[in-house]
Amino acid sequence: MPSELNLNADSDASPDRFRKIGRDPKRAERIARKSLSAWQDIRYRLFANKLALFGMYLMVAVVLFAIFAPLFSHYNYFSNDLDRTNQAPGFRHWFGTDDLGRDMYVRTWKGAQISLFVGVVAALIDLAIGIVYGGIMGYFGGKTDEIMNRIAEVLYAIPYLLVVILLLVVMPPSLTTIIVAMSITGWINMAWIVRGQIMQLKNEEYALASRALGAGPFRILFRHLIPNAMGPILVTLTLTVPGAMFTEAFLSFLGLGVQSPIASWGTMINDGVKAMTVYPWRLLFPALLLSLTMFAFNVFGDGLRDAFDPKLKK
Amino acid sequence: MIRYVLNKFIFMLISLFALVTATFVLMNAVPGSPLREEKATTAQIQKNMEAYYGLDKPLVQQYGVYLEKLAHFDLGISMKQRFRSVNQTIAQSFGYSLRLGIVSMITSVLAGCALGIIAAMRHRKLLDNLAMILAVAGLAVPSMVMAPLLQYLFAVKIRAFPVTGLHGPLDYVLPAIALSSVSIAFIARLIRSTMIEVLSADFIKTAKAKGLPGHLIVWRHALRNSMLPVVTYLGYLTANVITGSVIIEQIFAIPGMGKFFVQCVIDRDYPLIMGTTIFYAILLLASRFLADIAYLFVDPRIRISAGRMGG
Repeated sequence: MPSELNLNADSDASPDRFRKIGRDPKRAERIARKSLSAWQDIRYRLFANKLALFGMYLMVAVVLFAIFAPLFSHYNYFSNDLDRTNQAPGFRHWFGTDDLGRDMYVRTWKGAQISLFVGVVAALIDLAIGIVYGGIMGYFGGKTDEIMNRIAEVLYAIPYLLVVILLLVVMPPSLTTIIVAMSITGWINMAWIVRGQIMQLKNEEYALASRALGAGPFRILFRHLIPNAMGPILVTLTLTVPGAMFTEAFLSFLGLGVQSPIASWGTMINDGVKAMTVYPWRLLFPALLLSLTMFAFNVFGDGLRDAFDPKLKK
Repeated sequence: MIRYVLNKFIFMLISLFALVTATFVLMNAVPGSPLREEKATTAQIQKNMEAYYGLDKPLVQQYGVYLEKLAHFDLGISMKQRFRSVNQTIAQSFGYSLRLGIVSMITSVLAGCALGIIAAMRHRKLLDNLAMILAVAGLAVPSMVMAPLLQYLFAVKIRAFPVTGLHGPLDYVLPAIALSSVSIAFIARLIRSTMIEVLSADFIKTAKAKGLPGHLIVWRHALRNSMLPVVTYLGYLTANVITGSVIIEQIFAIPGMGKFFVQCVIDRDYPLIMGTTIFYAILLLASRFLADIAYLFVDPRIRISAGRMGG
């Protein structure tokens, strides 16, 4: 009994205000939302994530400063100035000076260069080995997969840091040694990610079509499958960088990595810890920068992973 | 089930063997004799020393002797601290690291779980965001920054805790926090993401429907199912704690194994490096093996289909 329905007194929902629309076949077919390609969608979702965006800006800023800050300074990272040791941050030296009077501003950004270089190169080496190894494991499957996987498992079980330190004992301490040592077991994670992706993708229609047209396994793998597995690969790549940066800082902190006068965040933090009670800025700047950079990469990597994950789509 | 355990055990042995061999090869690939010093020694003394350390034998035989001694848990004799066996040195320092390690592992698991559960239960609310910001910060601040920071704030400025050393219970607080901050963050994130998934599962709805209060749902049903990844992580937690302890022990001046491992690397004391490396490796591999077995108890699915477990 609609007439007895207790409507609000001031409501003017009288029947004559309504109109029957009926079915409009054109309207049913209308595309309500702008159609987005997969990459556009990912970019949109990544940029909608404020924290990830912040991480990205931070990353870009650190990279730019690392490249340009040492270039546009009157100081360099190795010259001593024994008249001006342990200066507090000020107009002359923005981040102060260390115990040998070296400019901390330039040294901090020089340290950023080293750290980023190690992080990116180690991640790229992992990428190269991981894609080839994981691609072969995933594509060929069967016995090949079994044997290669076993080898990877044994390598993976060997504690990473012990291998790095052992190699540093044998080889001269240098950036190359650190990167080589990190790459020995670092690629395995990437290889497994790629393997999983390839196993999923290799029976897709486009791979079958390519095979039917006579393409060889490596052509299918690298032209068709790997580009389609790029999402998880990119995420793993981004998240490898902070790990590699940490390892470099860790080794340099212990005196096993980059040697003076080359600036590394690890060595600078080690120096800073010793002087922390009297000259706290010597610890503050490298420590802050290392943490901020690792934060930026972690946050951006997480955001990237969420953007690539269709389950989290709203 | 037995096959699964056996499989894991054999893997552990193969990995250990590979590492022992690699260590031996690497240590012998270094040019020059480890016994050569600045001091001039006569040929006879040199010879006697080499005989003492077994370096006069051919390399293959040295390897055999090394493996045999290792099977009896004899890690050899230090070269820098004459006549002190590696076993003695490890026995003396390992206690400190073990105690600190256990304290920080317990802290990691408890604090990580608590943070993760809170975040999952208040998903997309203020507490969740706070907990996750804390977790990301914990992941981003490495131990060599965290430790001096805590030391400066709470020991130097406020003087609430001792600056260095490891004697009374108060001494453990700062190093344990510094050592576990990364693991707390990691575990919190693991628990949160699995728990969010578990909380939307059907059996949770059943529990809710039969009127079980919220905390009991989490405690009896959700937590147990969210613990799986944490159990896997336990093996790696050991690795984290060991890696971290190397730095933490430097900063807090704790005479543990990490501090002393770095010292022997800097000293190039080969038998000590080899001994400590292998000791660490056994520790790590054993803890991963135990984590694999613990998995059996937490996840009944593996007990039933204990066949293939790769990747």
